[in-house]
Amino acid sequence: MCLGIPGRVLSIDGAGEFPMAVVDFGGLRREACLAYVPDAAVGDFVIVHVGFAISRLDEDEARRTLEVLRAMPEAVAAELGPADLGPADLGPVDLGPADLGAAELGAGELGAAP
Amino acid sequence: MRYLDEYRDPVLARRLLDEITAVTTRPWNVMEVCGGQTHTIVRQGIDELLPPGLRMIHGPGCPVCVTPLALIDRALAIAALPGVTFTSYGDMLRVPGTAGDLLSLKARGADVRVVYSPLDAVGIAADNPDREVVFFGVGFETTAPANGMAVLRAHALGVPNFSMLVSHVLVPPAMTAVLDAPHCQVQAFLAAGHVCAVMGYGEYEPIAARYRVPIVVTGFEPLDILEGILLAVRQLESGRAEVENQYARAVTREGNTCAQDAMRRVFRVGDRTWRGIGAIADSGLRLAPEFAAYDAEHRFGVAHLVAQEHPACIAGAILQGVREPTDCPAYGVGCTPRRPLGAPMVSSEGTCAAYFTAGRRRRAEVPA
Amino acid sequence: MSVVDPASAACPVPHVESDRVLLGHGSGGQLSAALLRDVVVPALADAAPAGPLQDAAVLPFGGTDLVMTTDSYVVSPVFFPGGDIGALAVNGTVNDLAMRGGEPVALSLAFVIEEGFPVDDLRRVTSSVAAAARRVGVPIVTGDTKVVGRGAADGLFVTTTGIGRRLPTARPGVERARPSDAVLLSGPIGVHGTAVLSAREGLGFDAEIASDTRPLHALVRAVIEATGEDIHVLRDPTRGGLASSLNEIAQASSVGIVLEEDALPVPPVVAAACELLGLDPLHVTNEGCLVAVAAPDTADAALAAMRARPEGSTAVRVGTVVAGDPGRVTMRTRVGGRRIVDMLVGEQLPRIC
Repeated sequence: MCLGIPGRVLSIDGAGEFPMAVVDFGGLRREACLAYVPDAAVGDFVIVHVGFAISRLDEDEARRTLEVLRAMPEAVAAELGPADLGPADLGPVDLGPADLGAAELGAGELGAAP
Repeated sequence: MRYLDEYRDPVLARRLLDEITAVTTRPWNVMEVCGGQTHTIVRQGIDELLPPGLRMIHGPGCPVCVTPLALIDRALAIAALPGVTFTSYGDMLRVPGTAGDLLSLKARGADVRVVYSPLDAVGIAADNPDREVVFFGVGFETTAPANGMAVLRAHALGVPNFSMLVSHVLVPPAMTAVLDAPHCQVQAFLAAGHVCAVMGYGEYEPIAARYRVPIVVTGFEPLDILEGILLAVRQLESGRAEVENQYARAVTREGNTCAQDAMRRVFRVGDRTWRGIGAIADSGLRLAPEFAAYDAEHRFGVAHLVAQEHPACIAGAILQGVREPTDCPAYGVGCTPRRPLGAPMVSSEGTCAAYFTAGRRRRAEVPA
Repeated sequence: MSVVDPASAACPVPHVESDRVLLGHGSGGQLSAALLRDVVVPALADAAPAGPLQDAAVLPFGGTDLVMTTDSYVVSPVFFPGGDIGALAVNGTVNDLAMRGGEPVALSLAFVIEEGFPVDDLRRVTSSVAAAARRVGVPIVTGDTKVVGRGAADGLFVTTTGIGRRLPTARPGVERARPSDAVLLSGPIGVHGTAVLSAREGLGFDAEIASDTRPLHALVRAVIEATGEDIHVLRDPTRGGLASSLNEIAQASSVGIVLEEDALPVPPVVAAACELLGLDPLHVTNEGCLVAVAAPDTADAALAAMRARPEGSTAVRVGTVVAGDPGRVTMRTRVGGRRIVDMLVGEQLPRIC
């Protein structure tokens, strides 16, 4: 229950009873209410949910999270064996007992054309 | 998109999966209580990439799914009235009430409209003073500040023809209800990132301590989910039970105090019935007395409508993570996203719908 | 497989089948398919030939194969970034002919106009029809105009019927996909639907994105000339998006299709709109791209032929046809997992969660 998207504040209109911003989401622009992030400035990133900014995105923390992940040792991969563990190896994934293959389609919901 | 794409990096995902596999020495059950996280996990097929024995359970994290049947029926009753414009977030439109849903009502001529933001509903009311405009205020704590602002705005602008049908639920009481249930198998939680962006995570510390469960505040992108799972498993493996914050770029311990203040002004905590689970004390929000005039249930006299929830409903077991959609005899047969029988099949984040559209099928087929 | 009686399934809500047509029945997804399969096709019975539903019909006629198609256009708003209902009507029908290998020969044009629709707008739409037809080189040879009372139509509805002549070596059909075939896309997906959403009031966002509506007959000619009968399927993924078209192909051909999420050409603005509204780009309407399913050893030639034309300059391979899982479309996800790509169910609803 959390469709919140990060976007960049392009402009702020503080004239009304609460500040409204124009926020850029990867080339798409929408208005968002800044009532709950009143100290957001132009150029900041905010998380927007149903037309409201609910949090400022801490860019330092964002960078830190990625750095930690990027620093994860590749050695771990080597320990698990010689196989190349890239996505290509996942092949036709065995979904275990839940995957009953073609027989499942008899119900007709997604089945082959009747 | 900036600050989204980086958290979808397949190479980093692979490293996280490897590390999770390396540290997992025995079976664990981890529950997430957020429809957005369910969505990512199932859409990316993440749970199938985890080591065997590490099980992700989808908890009651979809506010659409847990909206009580009685409230849906009240919404339908209001929307059917002449002179009413009924506005709602998109996913509420197909949730079945006792007899039909909002979308079918729309097909019969009712003025039912999807809005993206609750402020749009206030705008519609302001522009149409001759209509009664009702907004279906559904959501967890993430959405409460926005829904609350709609009431504040209607009040400030003097828009008397606006009202809200409130169906707000809170996460921590749901977590404790799950943990208190007799067959609870949950050993750790991923806490919902945006709920915590609003509320902070201080209120999870007593839960972690009392029930001895690790709780990791987690974001929504694949790397976030994987890192959240890794942190939870590390805690489980070393016997710790703390609250950790994986989603530090958006969440602080005290949360958004400005939003919390608005929530406290507009809403009061009260008991709530969760569809499929039952009544949980102090688990919901209703409008504060100061704003009672905006309560649609009273304005339209539908507060008395009750509905029969089936006592042995498997949707409840699914929402608590005790059963899986694939255990339900109706799943994929009589109950599909196209013809849902229950709420978890309607919302695109409901567990049943997520499973179904990802192609998970029932375990036991009886041959013809 | 024994069928469980849903009434005894202990679910809280009795299901009520709708006896009214819903908006979702027109979305190009499962509800639409069901409406055709359960209501329209059976009612037509032997008045219509049997066979899978295609984008256009092939009619052998005096030694030539004619191609025929009809389509109604009800887009709202009538004018949107990159086009309008008139251009859409011409391009859409030309494209349906092209998906069966048909060169356009003639179009008909029918208007149903709501009382109160501005005459200037009608003039603008008609000029747009003319411009689009001129660009393709196809005449509008016959038509009809009706006016209905206020409220009985949403501004303007346009119906175009197209007649075409099939290219001699063209044999594309929805049932012809075979295991090992390559699945190709001529260009980016999700553009038209996003452009229309950006113009529609209520969802309130502003994007630098214009509909990709364009005629694809020249692109099809180039591909057919390069590979002929080895193009097994051509489909323009309009309503219901790429997912619905691929599912239709998988079902009609009784094959599986595996997509690579990383290979899908989704422009950043489309991705952003979908993120914001909780939509799946695989379900968003397209008006300017096509799916081609080609025999494996001709895939490169087909791609080269597409890339040589401006409307196919970013053509790319996105997947493969497989024998396993007939009727099912799956996708290898960005992080290496697996996901099933379902048809859209009904109306695409923006979600909050």
